[in-house]
Amino acid sequence: MMDITQNYFEFLALPVTYQLDLQALAERSRELQKTLHPDRFSHLSDRERRLSVQYTAYLNEAVSTLKNPLSRAQYLLKLEGIDTFSETQVQLDPMFLMQQMELRESLEEVAGSSDPGAEIEALQVTVDREMKSLRDEFDSYYKQSTPTALEAAAVSVRKMQFIDKLGREIEALEDQLFDE
Amino acid sequence: MAYSEQVIDHYENPRNVGKMNDHDDNIGTGMVGAPACGDVMRLQIKVSEDGIIEDAKFKTYGCGSAIASSSLVTEWVKGMTLDQAQELKNTKIAEELALPPVKIHCSVLAEDAIKAAVADYKEKQAKKQ
Repeated sequence: MMDITQNYFEFLALPVTYQLDLQALAERSRELQKTLHPDRFSHLSDRERRLSVQYTAYLNEAVSTLKNPLSRAQYLLKLEGIDTFSETQVQLDPMFLMQQMELRESLEEVAGSSDPGAEIEALQVTVDREMKSLRDEFDSYYKQSTPTALEAAAVSVRKMQFIDKLGREIEALEDQLFDE
Repeated sequence: MAYSEQVIDHYENPRNVGKMNDHDDNIGTGMVGAPACGDVMRLQIKVSEDGIIEDAKFKTYGCGSAIASSSLVTEWVKGMTLDQAQELKNTKIAEELALPPVKIHCSVLAEDAIKAAVADYKEKQAKKQ
């Protein structure tokens, strides 16, 4: 039977790793969803039905957290006792912040440029490249699993959060400029 | 969430947006960021020879409260000594802008930014000697 005191990986019977097999995640999710289908519970008691609602909520939460590379990294750190989900007070590398500032300045200038489409694409390439390298960086620190390495992994996650936000802003601008 | 009138005023008419040359000796630059919301803030001060902040500029990519907090700080620190600026408390910023509890961290970010700018200026001066 399902157990919501298990962590998301255990709940889905998947190995605790950053290099998650997304196809396996989708398959496990489908299997569990099938066993949780409300029709199967119509003959059950209120208590059992309530449980099934709880399981479904937990399953959805688990899948959406593990599917996204940023929240997956954050969740792995949380399991190690480092909570990066809502921290606001952290020291960050000024050079990194400077670069973030410049990227946002470039994004701001896109709308007024002669070829916004090309500018956006170039920024998207940068975001994808940065994200990829931060994911690799996170994975290698996470695997080392010493306290120092995990702290370094948390730094990678914090950087990912800025890149992720920039990515969402690029998308929003794209919608605004091209979806008439 | 509803923004206070003070926040909207700073958001719609931000004071002192801009950039000063980071390489000048009399400029201090503070760069800070909040990962949870992805906000980035740059706050710069221009310091006179007798240690008074003559000018301040900022650029913030973030929510209305973060923009308003940094805008307000640039207004306040002009004419202050470095010590006065360093003692600026986020609670005063939050109070002036009537920030709700969930936005207090924006005022903390602005306090961190002015502290970082003063520290950067002092470091530059120390290097000169």
